[in-house]
Amino acid sequence: MGRSLKKGPYVFQKLLLKVDKLNEAGVKKPIKTWSRGSMIVPDFVGHTFLVHNGKDFITVHVSENMVGHKLGEFAPTRKFTGHGAATKK
Amino acid sequence: MPRLLGVDIPNDKRIEAALPYIYGIGRPMAKRILREAGVDPDIRAGQLSDDQLNALTQIIAGNKVLIEGDLRRELQAHLKRLQQIQCYRGIRHRRGLPVRGQRTSTNARTRKGPRKTIGAAKKAGGK
Repeated sequence: MGRSLKKGPYVFQKLLLKVDKLNEAGVKKPIKTWSRGSMIVPDFVGHTFLVHNGKDFITVHVSENMVGHKLGEFAPTRKFTGHGAATKK
Repeated sequence: MPRLLGVDIPNDKRIEAALPYIYGIGRPMAKRILREAGVDPDIRAGQLSDDQLNALTQIIAGNKVLIEGDLRRELQAHLKRLQQIQCYRGIRHRRGLPVRGQRTSTNARTRKGPRKTIGAAKKAGGK
């Protein structure tokens, strides 16, 4: 949603390069990335990413039906610790 | 009362207004279907001839307009996909919270349902 189709999907170039390299080598090892805004393209399927959420790196295994989403969607940036702490005091 | 495509039984409204009683057909879609079928949108639904009913059925089925169960099932499938891949939107659906970034501090009652007041505050100074 949002981005003009004419521009094509946004993928951080270095990330794409890395994936290509891994594909060529035929190996699959986790790729650490801060690029949450990168769209998941079909080349990514089967790879594992460590997506930064601002604090940690969340492991994301890319499956086929994740294509078209962005990496950041799978690494939540907020942690809900619950309400009602005041009553327990 | 005419039956169109299974269970849907619109009443004695103008056909243009009766078609939207079918889940998946809105006013614009109804107009388009009628135009394509060559049926006068002002006829009451009950006064449609069998031929006209057939024409409508054919156009709706032929244009693969998703209606009723099929449409509901497709929406369900979308939801399931979102939830299954653990993406942000899927998680929001699962939690019953707004999916598109709205504020939840206040409002968001449509998604969250009726207000649930949490127990009274402790005595003075308790907070």
